[in-house]
Amino acid sequence: MTPGAFVRRVARPLVWVGAAVPGTWLLLDALTGGLGANPVETVTHRTGLTALTLLALSLSVRPTRDLLRFGALMPLRRTLGLAAYTYAVVHVLTYGVDQTYLSGLGVSPAAIVEDVRERPYVTMGFLAFVLLTPLAVTSTSGWVKRLGATRWRWLHRLVYLAAPLAVVHFLWLVKADLLLPGWFALAVAVLLGYRAVVRRRRTPTASSRLIL
Amino acid sequence: MLIRRPDPIAGGEITDERVYQNRRRFLETMGLATLGLAAPGSLWAGGPPRALQSDELTPLEDVLSYNNFYEFGTGKDDPAKNAHTLRTRPWTVDVEGEVHEPRTFGIEDLWQRFTPEERVYRLRCVEAWSMVIPWLGLPLRDLLSAVRPTSHARYVEFTTLLDPEQMPGQRRGILPWPYVEALRLDEAMHPLTILALGLYGKALPNQNGAPVRLVVPWKYGFKSIKSIVRIRLVREQPTTTWNAAAPREYGLYANVNPMVDHPRWTQARERRIGELRKRPTLMFNGYADQVASLYAGMDLRRNY
Ligand code: HEM
Repeated sequence: MTPGAFVRRVARPLVWVGAAVPGTWLLLDALTGGLGANPVETVTHRTGLTALTLLALSLSVRPTRDLLRFGALMPLRRTLGLAAYTYAVVHVLTYGVDQTYLSGLGVSPAAIVEDVRERPYVTMGFLAFVLLTPLAVTSTSGWVKRLGATRWRWLHRLVYLAAPLAVVHFLWLVKADLLLPGWFALAVAVLLGYRAVVRRRRTPTASSRLIL
Repeated sequence: MLIRRPDPIAGGEITDERVYQNRRRFLETMGLATLGLAAPGSLWAGGPPRALQSDELTPLEDVLSYNNFYEFGTGKDDPAKNAHTLRTRPWTVDVEGEVHEPRTFGIEDLWQRFTPEERVYRLRCVEAWSMVIPWLGLPLRDLLSAVRPTSHARYVEFTTLLDPEQMPGQRRGILPWPYVEALRLDEAMHPLTILALGLYGKALPNQNGAPVRLVVPWKYGFKSIKSIVRIRLVREQPTTTWNAAAPREYGLYANVNPMVDHPRWTQARERRIGELRKRPTLMFNGYADQVASLYAGMDLRRNY
Protein backbone atom coordinates (compact mmCIF):
# COMPACT_ATOMS: atom_id res chain seq x y z
CA MET A 1 0.00 0.00 0.00
CA THR A 2 1.28 3.46 -0.82
CA PRO A 3 1.45 5.92 2.07
CA GLY A 4 -1.40 7.86 0.50
CA ALA A 5 -3.57 4.78 0.28
CA PHE A 6 -2.67 3.83 3.84
CA VAL A 7 -3.84 7.18 5.13
CA ARG A 8 -7.00 7.11 3.05
CA ARG A 9 -8.01 3.53 3.73
CA VAL A 10 -6.70 2.93 7.24
CA ALA A 11 -5.62 6.03 9.13
CA ARG A 12 -8.53 8.24 8.17
CA PRO A 13 -11.29 5.76 9.03
CA LEU A 14 -9.51 5.13 12.32
CA VAL A 15 -9.44 8.84 13.09
CA TRP A 16 -13.15 9.10 12.31
CA VAL A 17 -13.91 6.19 14.61
CA GLY A 18 -11.71 7.65 17.33
CA ALA A 19 -13.33 11.06 17.00
CA ALA A 20 -16.77 9.48 17.24
CA VAL A 21 -15.98 7.78 20.56
CA PRO A 22 -16.64 10.78 22.86
CA GLY A 23 -19.89 11.49 21.04
CA THR A 24 -21.07 7.90 21.17
CA TRP A 25 -20.19 7.76 24.83
CA LEU A 26 -22.12 10.98 25.44
CA LEU A 27 -25.13 9.60 23.59
CA LEU A 28 -25.04 6.35 25.55
CA ASP A 29 -24.82 8.30 28.80
CA ALA A 30 -27.76 10.42 27.71
CA LEU A 31 -29.87 7.38 26.92
CA THR A 32 -29.04 5.61 30.19
CA GLY A 33 -29.42 8.63 32.47
CA GLY A 34 -25.66 8.79 32.97
CA LEU A 35 -25.20 12.52 32.47
CA GLY A 36 -25.22 13.23 36.19
CA ALA A 37 -27.07 15.79 38.25
CA ASN A 38 -26.78 18.56 35.64
CA PRO A 39 -27.08 17.00 32.17
CA VAL A 40 -27.05 20.27 30.21
CA GLU A 41 -23.80 21.27 31.87
CA THR A 42 -22.32 17.84 31.23
CA VAL A 43 -23.14 18.01 27.52
CA THR A 44 -21.78 21.56 27.25
CA HIS A 45 -18.54 20.67 28.98
CA ARG A 46 -17.90 17.40 27.25
CA THR A 47 -18.62 18.68 23.73
CA GLY A 48 -16.53 21.83 24.34
CA LEU A 49 -13.63 19.82 25.65
CA THR A 50 -13.80 17.34 22.77
CA ALA A 51 -14.03 20.12 20.18
CA LEU A 52 -10.94 21.84 21.56
CA THR A 53 -9.01 18.58 21.84
CA LEU A 54 -9.73 17.67 18.23
CA LEU A 55 -8.88 21.18 17.12
CA ALA A 56 -5.50 20.97 18.84
CA LEU A 57 -4.93 17.55 17.30
CA SER A 58 -5.67 18.92 13.86
CA LEU A 59 -3.03 21.60 14.45
CA SER A 60 -0.55 18.91 15.40
CA VAL A 61 -0.81 17.06 12.08
CA ARG A 62 1.67 19.26 10.30
CA PRO A 63 4.40 19.06 13.00
CA THR A 64 3.83 15.32 13.17
CA ARG A 65 4.26 15.05 9.42
CA ASP A 66 7.49 17.01 9.60
CA LEU A 67 8.74 14.95 12.50
CA LEU A 68 7.97 11.64 10.83
CA ARG A 69 8.70 12.91 7.33
CA PHE A 70 5.36 11.41 6.36
CA GLY A 71 3.75 13.81 3.93
CA ALA A 72 0.71 11.65 3.29
CA LEU A 73 -0.63 12.46 6.78
CA MET A 74 -1.89 15.87 5.74
CA PRO A 75 -5.50 14.84 4.89
CA LEU A 76 -5.97 13.93 8.55
CA ARG A 77 -5.89 17.60 9.34
CA ARG A 78 -9.16 18.09 7.57
CA THR A 79 -10.69 15.01 9.16
CA LEU A 80 -9.80 16.22 12.64
CA GLY A 81 -10.88 19.76 11.90
CA LEU A 82 -14.29 18.64 10.66
CA ALA A 83 -14.75 16.39 13.67
CA ALA A 84 -13.84 19.31 15.95
CA TYR A 85 -16.38 21.48 14.20
CA THR A 86 -19.08 18.84 14.57
CA TYR A 87 -18.61 18.84 18.35
CA ALA A 88 -18.48 22.63 18.38
CA VAL A 89 -21.86 22.68 16.61
CA VAL A 90 -23.42 20.43 19.25
CA HIS A 91 -21.73 22.54 21.94
CA VAL A 92 -23.12 25.79 20.55
CA LEU A 93 -26.57 24.32 19.92
CA THR A 94 -26.72 23.08 23.51
CA TYR A 95 -25.84 26.54 24.68
CA GLY A 96 -28.40 28.07 22.35
CA VAL A 97 -31.23 25.86 23.56
CA ASP A 98 -30.19 26.38 27.19
CA GLN A 99 -30.09 30.12 26.76
CA THR A 100 -33.45 30.43 25.04
CA TYR A 101 -35.95 27.62 25.25
CA LEU A 102 -34.76 26.12 28.52
CA SER A 103 -34.62 29.59 30.03
CA GLY A 104 -38.29 30.08 29.23
CA LEU A 105 -37.53 32.67 26.57
CA GLY A 106 -38.74 30.86 23.47
CA VAL A 107 -36.90 31.58 20.24
CA SER A 108 -35.08 34.68 21.30
CA PRO A 109 -31.96 35.72 19.42
CA ALA A 110 -31.84 38.82 21.64
CA ALA A 111 -31.00 36.73 24.70
CA ILE A 112 -28.05 35.20 22.86
CA VAL A 113 -26.83 38.45 21.37
CA GLU A 114 -26.89 40.05 24.81
CA ASP A 115 -25.00 37.15 26.36
CA VAL A 116 -22.38 37.16 23.59
CA ARG A 117 -21.85 40.88 24.09
CA GLU A 118 -21.81 40.94 27.86
CA ARG A 119 -19.81 37.88 28.81
CA PRO A 120 -16.25 38.00 27.56
CA TYR A 121 -15.77 34.24 27.67
CA VAL A 122 -18.87 33.74 25.52
CA THR A 123 -17.62 36.42 23.11
CA MET A 124 -14.39 34.48 22.67
CA GLY A 125 -16.18 31.17 22.09
CA PHE A 126 -18.50 32.86 19.64
CA LEU A 127 -15.60 34.37 17.67
CA ALA A 128 -13.83 31.03 17.58
CA PHE A 129 -16.98 29.39 16.27
CA VAL A 130 -17.60 32.11 13.67
CA LEU A 131 -14.04 31.76 12.38
CA LEU A 132 -14.27 27.98 12.17
CA THR A 133 -17.52 28.00 10.22
CA PRO A 134 -16.17 29.04 6.76
CA LEU A 135 -13.37 26.53 7.21
CA ALA A 136 -15.84 23.72 7.74
CA VAL A 137 -17.96 24.89 4.80
CA THR A 138 -15.01 25.12 2.41
CA SER A 139 -13.36 21.91 3.52
CA THR A 140 -14.25 19.96 0.37
CA SER A 141 -11.94 19.62 -2.61
CA GLY A 142 -14.62 21.32 -4.71
CA TRP A 143 -14.08 24.45 -2.65
CA VAL A 144 -10.32 24.21 -2.98
CA LYS A 145 -10.79 24.32 -6.75
CA ARG A 146 -13.35 27.06 -6.60
CA LEU A 147 -11.22 29.33 -4.42
CA GLY A 148 -7.90 28.38 -5.87
CA ALA A 149 -5.27 26.76 -3.69
CA THR A 150 -3.63 29.99 -2.61
CA ARG A 151 -6.77 31.70 -1.47
CA TRP A 152 -8.05 28.52 0.12
CA ARG A 153 -4.82 28.12 2.12
CA TRP A 154 -4.98 31.74 3.16
CA LEU A 155 -8.56 31.32 4.36
CA HIS A 156 -7.72 28.20 6.32
CA ARG A 157 -5.04 30.00 8.25
CA LEU A 158 -7.97 31.38 10.24
CA VAL A 159 -7.61 28.26 12.34
CA TYR A 160 -4.50 29.81 13.85
CA LEU A 161 -6.77 32.54 15.18
CA ALA A 162 -9.71 30.34 16.11
CA ALA A 163 -7.70 27.93 18.24
CA PRO A 164 -6.22 30.54 20.59
CA LEU A 165 -9.64 32.21 20.86
CA ALA A 166 -11.14 28.90 21.93
CA VAL A 167 -8.38 28.55 24.53
CA VAL A 168 -9.06 32.05 25.86
CA HIS A 169 -12.76 31.10 26.00
CA PHE A 170 -11.80 28.15 28.21
CA LEU A 171 -9.35 30.16 30.37
CA TRP A 172 -11.96 32.83 31.06
CA LEU A 173 -14.76 30.51 32.01
CA VAL A 174 -13.09 28.56 34.80
CA LYS A 175 -13.46 29.92 38.29
CA ALA A 176 -10.13 29.13 39.88
CA ASP A 177 -8.49 25.99 38.56
CA LEU A 178 -6.52 26.97 35.47
CA LEU A 179 -4.73 23.64 35.16
CA LEU A 180 -6.68 22.07 32.30
CA PRO A 181 -7.15 25.21 30.19
CA GLY A 182 -3.49 25.91 30.98
CA TRP A 183 -2.44 22.65 29.32
CA PHE A 184 -4.47 23.54 26.25
CA ALA A 185 -2.92 27.00 26.21
CA LEU A 186 0.54 25.46 26.33
CA ALA A 187 -0.24 22.94 23.60
CA VAL A 188 -1.74 25.52 21.27
CA ALA A 189 1.11 27.96 21.96
CA VAL A 190 3.69 25.30 21.08
CA LEU A 191 1.82 24.34 17.90
CA LEU A 192 1.45 27.95 16.78
CA GLY A 193 5.05 28.69 17.74
CA TYR A 194 6.21 25.78 15.63
CA ARG A 195 4.20 27.05 12.74
CA ALA A 196 5.65 30.55 13.05
CA VAL A 197 9.21 29.26 13.21
CA VAL A 198 8.71 26.97 10.23
CA ARG A 199 7.34 29.80 8.17
CA ARG A 200 10.22 32.08 9.01
CA ARG A 201 12.93 29.54 8.38
CA ARG A 202 11.39 27.83 5.42
CA THR A 203 14.00 26.81 2.88
CA PRO A 204 13.72 24.73 -0.25
CA THR A 205 15.20 21.61 1.30
CA ALA A 206 13.14 19.27 3.38
CA SER A 207 16.11 18.40 5.56
CA SER A 208 16.36 21.86 7.10
CA ARG A 209 12.76 21.49 8.19
CA LEU A 210 13.67 18.31 9.97
CA ILE A 211 16.10 20.11 12.24
CA LEU A 212 13.24 22.06 13.73
CA MET B 1 -43.06 29.87 49.90
CA LEU B 2 -40.65 29.11 52.67
CA ILE B 3 -40.27 25.43 52.33
CA ARG B 4 -40.76 24.72 55.96
CA ARG B 5 -41.17 27.13 58.82
CA PRO B 6 -37.97 27.58 60.73
CA ASP B 7 -39.70 26.99 64.05
CA PRO B 8 -38.33 24.10 66.04
CA ILE B 9 -39.61 20.87 64.60
CA ALA B 10 -40.25 17.98 66.91
CA GLY B 11 -37.86 15.09 66.49
CA GLY B 12 -40.66 12.79 65.42
CA GLU B 13 -41.41 14.95 62.44
CA ILE B 14 -38.06 14.30 60.86
CA THR B 15 -38.73 12.27 57.79
CA ASP B 16 -37.40 8.80 58.29
CA GLU B 17 -35.16 7.21 55.77
CA ARG B 18 -37.68 4.85 54.28
CA VAL B 19 -39.80 7.79 53.23
CA TYR B 20 -36.75 9.39 51.63
CA GLN B 21 -35.92 6.19 49.83
CA ASN B 22 -39.44 5.79 48.54
CA ARG B 23 -39.54 9.35 47.45
CA ARG B 24 -36.31 8.84 45.62
CA ARG B 25 -37.51 5.71 43.88
CA PHE B 26 -40.61 7.61 42.89
CA LEU B 27 -38.50 10.41 41.49
CA GLU B 28 -36.35 7.96 39.57
CA THR B 29 -39.37 6.27 38.07
CA MET B 30 -40.85 9.62 37.22
CA GLY B 31 -37.56 10.74 35.74
CA LEU B 32 -37.41 7.75 33.43
CA ALA B 33 -41.01 8.14 32.47
CA THR B 34 -40.41 11.79 31.72
CA LEU B 35 -37.41 11.01 29.57
CA GLY B 36 -39.19 8.31 27.65
CA LEU B 37 -42.65 9.74 27.20
CA ALA B 38 -43.35 13.18 28.44
CA ALA B 39 -40.17 14.93 27.42
CA PRO B 40 -40.58 15.11 23.65
CA GLY B 41 -44.07 16.49 24.06
CA SER B 42 -43.74 18.79 27.01
CA LEU B 43 -40.25 19.94 26.17
CA TRP B 44 -41.26 21.43 22.88
CA ALA B 45 -44.78 22.47 23.75
CA GLY B 46 -43.64 25.84 25.06
CA GLY B 47 -45.28 27.68 27.90
CA PRO B 48 -43.98 27.97 31.43
CA PRO B 49 -42.32 24.99 33.09
CA ARG B 50 -44.92 22.76 34.63
CA ALA B 51 -43.81 22.88 38.24
CA LEU B 52 -42.38 26.36 38.20
CA GLN B 53 -42.13 27.03 41.89
CA SER B 54 -42.51 23.62 43.44
CA ASP B 55 -39.76 22.80 45.89
CA GLU B 56 -39.34 19.05 45.81
CA LEU B 57 -36.43 17.67 47.77
CA THR B 58 -33.41 17.15 45.55
CA PRO B 59 -32.72 13.41 45.32
CA LEU B 60 -30.09 12.30 47.83
CA GLU B 61 -28.04 10.83 45.00
CA ASP B 62 -27.61 14.29 43.45
CA VAL B 63 -26.89 15.92 46.80
CA LEU B 64 -24.10 13.39 47.25
CA SER B 65 -22.60 13.48 43.77
CA TYR B 66 -22.72 17.12 42.65
CA ASN B 67 -20.62 19.26 44.95
CA ASN B 68 -18.34 22.26 44.96
CA PHE B 69 -15.72 21.49 47.61
CA TYR B 70 -12.37 22.49 46.11
CA GLU B 71 -10.44 20.96 49.01
CA PHE B 72 -11.21 17.66 47.27
CA GLY B 73 -10.89 18.77 43.64
CA THR B 74 -12.55 21.26 41.33
CA GLY B 75 -14.76 18.85 39.38
CA LYS B 76 -18.33 18.48 40.57
CA ASP B 77 -17.80 14.75 41.04
CA ASP B 78 -14.39 15.06 42.70
CA PRO B 79 -15.60 15.50 46.30
CA ALA B 80 -17.65 12.31 46.13
CA LYS B 81 -14.57 10.47 44.86
CA ASN B 82 -11.93 12.01 47.10
CA ALA B 83 -13.52 13.08 50.38
CA HIS B 84 -13.16 9.66 51.99
CA THR B 85 -9.72 10.77 53.22
CA LEU B 86 -11.30 13.30 55.59
CA ARG B 87 -11.27 12.12 59.22
CA THR B 88 -14.24 13.60 61.03
CA ARG B 89 -13.65 12.00 64.45
CA PRO B 90 -12.24 13.30 66.68
CA TRP B 91 -13.19 16.83 65.62
CA THR B 92 -13.32 20.06 67.53
CA VAL B 93 -14.54 23.55 66.78
CA ASP B 94 -12.82 26.43 68.58
CA VAL B 95 -15.14 29.34 69.28
CA GLU B 96 -13.01 32.33 70.23
CA GLY B 97 -12.26 36.01 69.76
CA GLU B 98 -14.63 38.68 71.05
CA VAL B 99 -16.50 36.38 73.43
CA HIS B 100 -16.71 36.19 77.19
CA GLU B 101 -16.42 32.42 77.33
CA PRO B 102 -14.24 31.05 74.55
CA ARG B 103 -14.74 27.31 74.22
CA THR B 104 -13.75 24.32 72.21
CA PHE B 105 -16.69 22.15 71.28
CA GLY B 106 -16.19 18.53 70.41
CA ILE B 107 -18.43 17.40 67.57
CA GLU B 108 -20.28 15.12 70.00
CA ASP B 109 -20.94 18.15 72.25
CA LEU B 110 -22.64 19.87 69.34
CA TRP B 111 -24.91 16.91 68.72
CA GLN B 112 -25.80 16.51 72.39
CA ARG B 113 -25.91 20.03 73.71
CA PHE B 114 -27.90 21.53 70.86
CA THR B 115 -30.47 19.03 69.67
CA PRO B 116 -30.26 19.36 65.87
CA GLU B 117 -33.56 19.98 64.13
CA GLU B 118 -34.55 19.49 60.52
CA ARG B 119 -34.53 22.49 58.17
CA VAL B 120 -35.49 22.11 54.54
CA TYR B 121 -33.78 24.91 52.64
CA ARG B 122 -33.15 25.90 49.09
CA LEU B 123 -29.43 26.07 48.29
CA ARG B 124 -28.54 28.42 45.44
CA CYS B 125 -25.05 28.20 43.98
CA VAL B 126 -23.45 31.27 42.40
CA GLU B 127 -23.10 29.10 39.26
CA ALA B 128 -26.87 29.36 38.75
CA TRP B 129 -27.95 25.92 39.90
CA SER B 130 -29.90 25.07 43.02
CA MET B 131 -31.06 22.22 45.24
CA VAL B 132 -33.52 21.65 48.05
CA ILE B 133 -31.88 19.91 50.98
CA PRO B 134 -33.25 18.69 54.31
CA TRP B 135 -30.50 19.70 56.72
CA LEU B 136 -30.11 18.64 60.29
CA GLY B 137 -28.70 21.53 62.22
CA LEU B 138 -28.68 23.94 65.12
CA PRO B 139 -29.31 27.65 64.96
CA LEU B 140 -25.89 29.30 64.96
CA ARG B 141 -27.18 31.82 67.44
CA ASP B 142 -27.65 29.11 70.05
CA LEU B 143 -23.96 28.33 69.84
CA LEU B 144 -22.94 31.99 69.81
CA SER B 145 -25.15 32.77 72.78
CA ALA B 146 -23.45 30.00 74.70
CA VAL B 147 -20.07 31.77 74.40
CA ARG B 148 -21.53 35.23 75.02
CA PRO B 149 -20.20 37.68 72.39
CA THR B 150 -18.70 40.89 73.77
CA SER B 151 -20.09 44.25 72.75
CA HIS B 152 -17.13 44.63 70.35
CA ALA B 153 -18.05 41.63 68.21
CA ARG B 154 -19.25 42.77 64.78
CA TYR B 155 -18.37 39.93 62.42
CA VAL B 156 -18.12 36.18 62.69
CA GLU B 157 -15.29 34.47 60.83
CA PHE B 158 -15.33 30.77 59.98
CA THR B 159 -12.34 28.64 58.99
CA THR B 160 -12.19 25.23 57.31
CA LEU B 161 -9.72 22.56 58.33
CA LEU B 162 -6.24 23.02 56.84
CA ASP B 163 -4.63 19.64 56.22
CA PRO B 164 -3.37 18.77 52.74
CA GLU B 165 -2.96 15.16 53.88
CA GLN B 166 -6.69 14.83 54.36
CA MET B 167 -7.70 17.44 51.80
CA PRO B 168 -5.70 16.74 48.65
CA GLY B 169 -7.07 19.81 46.86
CA GLN B 170 -5.10 21.98 49.30
CA ARG B 171 -1.85 20.69 47.80
CA ARG B 172 -2.47 23.04 44.89
CA GLY B 173 -2.74 26.75 45.49
CA ILE B 174 -5.84 27.36 43.39
CA LEU B 175 -7.26 29.29 46.36
CA PRO B 176 -5.46 30.67 49.41
CA TRP B 177 -6.01 27.90 51.97
CA PRO B 178 -7.56 27.47 54.44
CA TYR B 179 -10.98 28.51 53.22
CA VAL B 180 -12.39 31.40 55.26
CA GLU B 181 -15.89 32.83 55.26
CA ALA B 182 -17.60 35.49 57.34
CA LEU B 183 -20.97 36.94 58.26
CA ARG B 184 -22.01 40.12 59.93
CA LEU B 185 -22.98 39.35 63.51
CA ASP B 186 -26.65 40.09 62.86
CA GLU B 187 -26.62 37.70 59.91
CA ALA B 188 -24.98 35.05 62.04
CA MET B 189 -27.60 35.56 64.76
CA HIS B 190 -30.50 35.32 62.31
CA PRO B 191 -32.76 32.37 63.09
CA LEU B 192 -32.43 30.98 59.55
CA THR B 193 -28.65 30.64 59.89
CA ILE B 194 -27.69 27.17 61.02
CA LEU B 195 -24.69 25.00 61.65
CA ALA B 196 -25.58 21.78 59.87
CA LEU B 197 -24.42 18.47 61.29
CA GLY B 198 -26.42 16.27 58.95
CA LEU B 199 -28.69 15.97 55.95
CA TYR B 200 -31.47 13.59 55.00
CA GLY B 201 -31.70 12.52 58.63
CA LYS B 202 -28.09 11.37 58.97
CA ALA B 203 -24.67 12.78 59.87
CA LEU B 204 -23.18 14.88 57.06
CA PRO B 205 -21.44 12.91 54.34
CA ASN B 206 -17.82 14.02 53.90
CA GLN B 207 -18.39 15.58 50.49
CA ASN B 208 -21.11 17.83 51.92
CA GLY B 209 -18.83 19.37 54.54
CA ALA B 210 -18.67 16.88 57.40
CA PRO B 211 -18.77 17.00 60.29
CA VAL B 212 -20.08 20.54 60.66
CA ARG B 213 -20.80 23.27 58.13
CA LEU B 214 -22.59 26.56 57.87
CA VAL B 215 -25.87 26.93 55.98
CA VAL B 216 -27.09 30.45 55.16
CA PRO B 217 -29.99 29.83 52.79
CA TRP B 218 -30.42 33.37 51.43
CA LYS B 219 -26.78 33.63 50.30
CA TYR B 220 -24.90 31.94 47.46
CA GLY B 221 -23.58 28.53 48.39
CA PHE B 222 -19.94 29.52 48.71
CA LYS B 223 -20.83 31.41 51.91
CA SER B 224 -21.92 28.15 53.51
CA ILE B 225 -18.42 27.07 54.50
CA LYS B 226 -17.74 23.38 55.11
CA SER B 227 -15.77 21.28 57.60
CA ILE B 228 -15.41 24.12 60.11
CA VAL B 229 -12.67 24.02 62.78
CA ARG B 230 -12.77 27.60 64.03
CA ILE B 231 -15.37 30.27 64.62
CA ARG B 232 -13.96 33.61 65.63
CA LEU B 233 -15.87 36.73 66.59
CA VAL B 234 -14.05 39.85 65.48
CA ARG B 235 -14.31 43.61 65.30
CA GLU B 236 -13.17 44.20 61.72
CA GLN B 237 -14.50 42.72 58.51
CA PRO B 238 -12.47 39.56 57.86
CA THR B 239 -10.84 38.72 54.53
CA THR B 240 -12.82 35.92 52.97
CA THR B 241 -11.49 33.43 50.43
CA TRP B 242 -13.45 34.05 47.24
CA ASN B 243 -13.64 37.76 47.89
CA ALA B 244 -9.83 37.86 48.10
CA ALA B 245 -9.46 35.66 45.00
CA ALA B 246 -11.81 37.70 42.77
CA PRO B 247 -13.18 40.80 44.51
CA ARG B 248 -15.19 41.94 41.52
CA GLU B 249 -17.01 38.62 41.32
CA TYR B 250 -17.61 37.65 44.92
CA GLY B 251 -18.53 40.16 47.60
CA LEU B 252 -18.75 39.74 51.35
CA TYR B 253 -22.55 39.70 51.28
CA ALA B 254 -23.20 37.38 48.34
CA ASN B 255 -26.93 37.58 48.90
CA VAL B 256 -28.92 35.76 46.23
CA ASN B 257 -30.12 38.55 43.97
CA PRO B 258 -31.63 38.00 40.52
CA MET B 259 -31.04 41.65 39.64
CA VAL B 260 -27.28 41.68 40.14
CA ASP B 261 -25.41 39.50 37.66
CA HIS B 262 -22.13 37.77 38.23
CA PRO B 263 -19.77 39.01 35.49
CA ARG B 264 -19.66 35.55 33.96
CA TRP B 265 -23.26 34.43 34.21
CA THR B 266 -26.69 35.84 34.79
CA GLN B 267 -28.26 35.38 38.18
CA ALA B 268 -31.79 36.00 36.95
CA ARG B 269 -32.47 32.31 36.51
CA GLU B 270 -31.30 29.05 37.93
CA ARG B 271 -31.46 25.40 37.13
CA ARG B 272 -32.95 23.32 39.90
CA ILE B 273 -30.96 20.12 39.91
CA GLY B 274 -33.23 17.42 38.49
CA GLU B 275 -35.05 19.83 36.17
CA LEU B 276 -34.20 20.64 32.59
CA ARG B 277 -35.78 24.04 32.34
CA LYS B 278 -34.52 26.95 34.35
CA ARG B 279 -36.71 28.85 36.78
CA PRO B 280 -36.58 32.48 37.87
CA THR B 281 -34.33 33.13 40.83
CA LEU B 282 -36.05 34.67 43.82
CA MET B 283 -34.78 37.66 45.76
CA PHE B 284 -32.82 36.43 48.78
CA ASN B 285 -33.46 32.94 47.41
CA GLY B 286 -37.10 33.24 48.45
CA TYR B 287 -36.34 34.24 52.04
CA ALA B 288 -36.88 37.98 51.55
CA ASP B 289 -39.70 38.13 54.10
CA GLN B 290 -37.35 36.86 56.76
CA VAL B 291 -34.08 38.61 55.88
CA ALA B 292 -34.67 41.71 53.74
CA SER B 293 -34.79 43.90 56.85
CA LEU B 294 -31.15 43.05 57.57
CA TYR B 295 -30.19 45.09 54.52
CA ALA B 296 -32.66 47.96 54.76
CA GLY B 297 -31.24 51.09 53.14
CA MET B 298 -28.23 49.32 51.64
CA ASP B 299 -27.33 49.52 47.96
CA LEU B 300 -27.38 45.84 47.09
CA ARG B 301 -25.80 46.51 43.72
CA ARG B 302 -22.72 47.86 45.38
CA ASN B 303 -22.80 45.52 48.38
CA TYR B 304 -22.97 42.34 46.30
C1 HEM C 1 -20.87 30.57 20.14
C2 HEM C 1 -19.87 29.91 20.57
C3 HEM C 1 -19.71 29.30 21.95
C4 HEM C 1 -20.46 29.46 23.07
C5 HEM C 1 -21.68 30.34 23.27
C6 HEM C 1 -19.89 28.63 24.10
C7 HEM C 1 -20.39 28.51 25.39
C8 HEM C 1 -19.84 27.75 26.38
C9 HEM C 1 -20.38 27.60 27.69
C10 HEM C 1 -21.67 28.26 28.20
C11 HEM C 1 -19.55 26.80 28.39
C12 HEM C 1 -19.73 26.34 29.84
C13 HEM C 1 -19.29 27.40 30.77
C14 HEM C 1 -19.51 27.07 32.23
O1 HEM C 1 -19.85 25.95 32.56
O2 HEM C 1 -19.32 27.96 33.05
C15 HEM C 1 -18.48 26.44 27.51
C16 HEM C 1 -17.42 25.65 27.86
C17 HEM C 1 -16.41 25.28 26.99
N1 HEM C 1 -16.32 25.58 25.65
FE1 HEM C 1 -17.55 26.77 24.61
N2 HEM C 1 -18.80 27.98 23.59
C18 HEM C 1 -18.66 28.36 22.27
C19 HEM C 1 -17.70 27.93 21.37
C20 HEM C 1 -16.69 27.06 21.69
C21 HEM C 1 -15.71 26.56 20.75
C22 HEM C 1 -15.67 26.91 19.26
C23 HEM C 1 -14.88 25.73 21.45
C24 HEM C 1 -13.70 24.91 21.01
C25 HEM C 1 -13.32 24.70 19.82
C26 HEM C 1 -15.33 25.72 22.83
C27 HEM C 1 -14.73 25.03 23.85
C28 HEM C 1 -15.17 25.01 25.16
C29 HEM C 1 -14.47 24.34 26.22
C30 HEM C 1 -13.15 23.58 26.11
C31 HEM C 1 -15.25 24.51 27.38
C32 HEM C 1 -14.94 24.04 28.78
C33 HEM C 1 -15.35 22.63 29.00
C34 HEM C 1 -15.07 22.22 30.43
O3 HEM C 1 -15.17 23.06 31.34
O4 HEM C 1 -14.76 21.06 30.63
N3 HEM C 1 -16.44 26.53 22.93
N4 HEM C 1 -18.68 27.04 26.28
